[in-house]
Amino acid sequence: MAEPIRIHTPFTEEMSRKLKIGDNVLITGEIIAARDAAHKRMCEALAKGEKLPVDWKNQMVYYLGPTPAKPGDPIGSCGPTTSGRMDAYTPTMLEQGIKGMIGKGSRSKEVVDSMVKNGVTYFAAVGGAAALIAKSVKKYEVLAYPELGPEAVARLTVEDFPCIVVIDCQGNNLYDENQKKYRTLQGY
Amino acid sequence: MRELDAKQITDAVAQMCKEAAYYLPKDVYEGLKRGRETEKSPVGQAVLDQIIKNAEIARAEDRPYCQDTGMTIVFVEVGQDLHITGGLLEDAINDGIAKGYTEGYLRKSVVAEPLFNRVNTKNNTPGVIYTKIVEGDKLKITIAPKGFGSENKSGVRMLVPADGVEGVKKAVMDIILHASMNPCPPMVVGIGIGGTMDRAALLSKKALTRSIDERNPMPEYAKLEEELLTLINETGIGPQLGGTTSALAVNIEWGPTHIAGLPVAVTICCHAMRHASRVL
Repeated sequence: MAEPIRIHTPFTEEMSRKLKIGDNVLITGEIIAARDAAHKRMCEALAKGEKLPVDWKNQMVYYLGPTPAKPGDPIGSCGPTTSGRMDAYTPTMLEQGIKGMIGKGSRSKEVVDSMVKNGVTYFAAVGGAAALIAKSVKKYEVLAYPELGPEAVARLTVEDFPCIVVIDCQGNNLYDENQKKYRTLQGY
Repeated sequence: MRELDAKQITDAVAQMCKEAAYYLPKDVYEGLKRGRETEKSPVGQAVLDQIIKNAEIARAEDRPYCQDTGMTIVFVEVGQDLHITGGLLEDAINDGIAKGYTEGYLRKSVVAEPLFNRVNTKNNTPGVIYTKIVEGDKLKITIAPKGFGSENKSGVRMLVPADGVEGVKKAVMDIILHASMNPCPPMVVGIGIGGTMDRAALLSKKALTRSIDERNPMPEYAKLEEELLTLINETGIGPQLGGTTSALAVNIEWGPTHIAGLPVAVTICCHAMRHASRVL
C-alpha cells in the first residue's frame, strides 16, 4: 500500500477534488457522526424549512453509532456503519455543504451523481475494526438529538483516523474496480 | 427434581453477552489469519491486518470489537427434569441481557416497535429467544449477538424440489452477490435447507453457532459447504475492498421438509462471528 495522505479538517471542495480512489488517508481534526435516525430528523427539519443543529459546510460526516465509553475513555468502539442506509437522505445532506463521507459499503447512483455535482469524496473505514479505530478518537461531544442515544449527532476529534477513498468526485469506484480484478467466478 | 435459581441464569447471560462482544472465538481468529496468508489483494491484506489487530485489542482490553454489539439471539435447551425457581425463564434471560449490555458498555441497538415509533428500549432487550425442551436436568444457553449490517443482507428463497443442488447454489450465490461488500466480509455464511420458511431461517442461524472448522457430518452437505465456499471466494468481494478472502466458512444445517418444497435460508454473518455457550 502507498504512503498515507494526511488530511486536516475542515475539508474543502478543493481538497476533495485532489483525492482519487485507492488513496490511503489519515484524517486529523473534527468529523461529525450521524446515522439513520439523525438523518431522518435533519431531512424532516429541512423539509419544514427549519435550521439544522449543525453547520455542515466543509464538514466530513461519519456514519457511526458508537458503544458507550468506558470510564476514562473518550469514546467506546466506533467503526463505520453501512452507508447505503443513508442514501435516501444523502443528496439532500450534500446540498448542505458536506464534502466528505466516511462509512462502509456501496452507494446509490443518486448519491454518486450528487457527489460528482458537489465535489464530494466517499471514504471507507474498515467495517468491524471498531476497537482499533477508537484509538484515533480523542474526544466525543454530542451536538444534537441526545435522546437518540448512540444515534445522536456528535463531534469527534480525531488524530490520524484511517480510511481509504472508495468513490472519488469523478465517480470512480474502487469497490467495482477491485471486485472485477479479483473475480474468477463463472456461471453465477 | 433439580432446581435452578433464575438469578443464576441472569448472571450467566450477562457474563456471556460481554464475553461474546469482547472475545472473537479462536476458530474465527485463526480463520482470519489463514485468510491473511492466502489473500491476493494488497488492499485486502491491509484490511485483514486491521481486522486481526482489532480482535487482539478487543480481547486484551475487554472492549467490543464491533460497535454494533447486535440484537441478542439466545438458544436455550432446558432439560425437562429441571425446575427453574424464583422467576420466569424469559424474564431471567432478558434481565441478563439488560445487565450485560449495561455493565459491559455495549451498544443498545433495539427499538420496541419497528415501523411507526422506533423508540430505543435502552437496554438491548428483548432478545430473540428460542427455547427447546430436551432430556436431562441441565440448562444450556448459547448467546449469538447478531449485527444488522450483515443481517440486512440475509434472505430466504422458497425453491421447489426440481431446483435441486444447482438451484440451491444459485439461490445462495444470488444472495451473496447482492450482499457484496456490505455485510463486512470476510463473511461466515449460515445456510438452512428444508423445513418451512421459518424453520429454514432458524436453521441458518443455528448453523452460525457451529465452529467454522467443523463441516456438516453428512458428506453430501460437507461437499456442498466446500463448493459454496470456493464459489464465494471467487466473487472478488474479498475483505470489503476486493480480493480473494470473501468468506471464512459456509455452515449448512438441514431439516425434514414437505414433498413440495425446498426452502433455503441464508444468514450472512460478518467477520465478527460472536457466540458464547454455558451449561448450568
